[in-house]
Amino acid sequence: MTSPADIARKRALDALASMPAQALKERYETICERAPPALAVRGPEIGAIMVRGRIGGGGAPFNIGEASVTRATVKLPTGEVGHSIVLGRDTEKARAVAHLDALRQVPEWEPIVERDCVAPAVEMAEAERLKLAEETAATRVDFFTLARGED
Amino acid sequence: MYVAVKGGEAAIEKAHRLLADRRRGERTVPALTPEQIVGQLSLAVDRVMAEGSLYDSELAAMAVRQARGDLIEAIFLLRAYRTTLARFGVSRPIDTAAMRIERRVSATYKDIPGGQLLGPTFDYTHRLIDPAMAEDLPVEEPARRPSSEETALRVTDILNSEGLIEPDARSESEPGDLTRDPVSFPAGRDLRLQALARGDEGFLLSLSYSTQRGYGRTHPFVGEVRIGLVDVEIDSPELGFAVKLGSIRVTECQMVSQFTGSAEEAPRFTRGYGLVFGQSERKAMAMSLVDRALRADEFDEQRLAPAQDEEFVLAHCDNVEATGFVEHLKLPHYVDFQAELDLLRQLRRESHPLQHEEETQEAAE
Repeated sequence: MTSPADIARKRALDALASMPAQALKERYETICERAPPALAVRGPEIGAIMVRGRIGGGGAPFNIGEASVTRATVKLPTGEVGHSIVLGRDTEKARAVAHLDALRQVPEWEPIVERDCVAPAVEMAEAERLKLAEETAATRVDFFTLARGED
Repeated sequence: MYVAVKGGEAAIEKAHRLLADRRRGERTVPALTPEQIVGQLSLAVDRVMAEGSLYDSELAAMAVRQARGDLIEAIFLLRAYRTTLARFGVSRPIDTAAMRIERRVSATYKDIPGGQLLGPTFDYTHRLIDPAMAEDLPVEEPARRPSSEETALRVTDILNSEGLIEPDARSESEPGDLTRDPVSFPAGRDLRLQALARGDEGFLLSLSYSTQRGYGRTHPFVGEVRIGLVDVEIDSPELGFAVKLGSIRVTECQMVSQFTGSAEEAPRFTRGYGLVFGQSERKAMAMSLVDRALRADEFDEQRLAPAQDEEFVLAHCDNVEATGFVEHLKLPHYVDFQAELDLLRQLRRESHPLQHEEETQEAAE
């Protein structure tokens, strides 16, 4: 994956997949009202993926267990195809992400999707990451050595 | 001749109705919601996801509720649901080095890069029941402090830089999958780890404990336990690149065990590995000890203890299989038992004819 279009598309899909369903729904609804509609091509359908880890953390792959996922493919009347696959069993979310992915490919909609959904999703993820990091950092042990009075 | 006996149907229906009543409990008390179970009994949910082998906290919470808190029953429910799902693919191996860490401790190094991060742990609590648990008192927000943003290197990577510990043999080989193909022995480490990751926490805990007490060779140190969130990515054929599906919480344990070496190789530490869904360091630690014990052959150790016997461990660590076979004993065995009774009576007639006569007489009187 090297093309700037793919990199931007991945950034958007990654961010939208991680966005809490309710937050995404609220933002998507404002876009959905005005945007070209999504025609279902496949799904949304619920299934599973096998999650893999690596032996020792960095060795050969092994199967840890499965995770539920939902995927969807939609098409705009003008032909742009949008895909999504997200953790969980929220069909509405999968459909919304696929629709947004398709809309991103329409030049006049790309900045709107970016402003109203992708950018907030990236921001929320960053805020969430920072909150977790800071809450964890507060529990960091600061070792100190007591003077033993030997001198 | 096989004679079908019917008549249980009505009783079963009423029993299930009674079960629904007892599950719900006192109607004036509000019912539990899945959100409450996910939020407040999260470690029960994590165990059900790990051993049910399906990461879905909402389903696991529903299973816990349906099973009245019986976690093995809930695990059974989740496993059954899992079989109804089509598999869309496999994830890229998760990268635990890039984990968003919630807890990370090492028993081998005090000053590790990234620090000792205690996180939400039961360690150092007094294990006294808190009267506040009977009430709904306000709870403080967690403290925050700026994070150093240092990369928390895996402890094994620190030792690796000196060559003091066996390195990971990185490869992209296709791992076995015990949910698709029956396990045959000897099993590869990939299959063993899959079995252990979904294995019963209690069973693995006891086995790992047995290795510490001398049934197996381990002289372990916790190199590191880390809990946190990792991204899950899948190669999407439609998109032509890997896309993130979201993130999951996992617990990883690197157990450092005593050295091995040979004429060709300098001695170095060996390792056991544990990786499980959710926050469960007891399970991850037990898994890493059992993983190390099961590697006996690799290090020319004699296999003498149960924890070193892969057939014993893998065949018995699954609690859904175990409970199925143990609990089936309560189902009607009327005919089998009748046959045993007849056989026993005949044996007694033949071996102790006099006693038999007396007993039948007494019974007649």
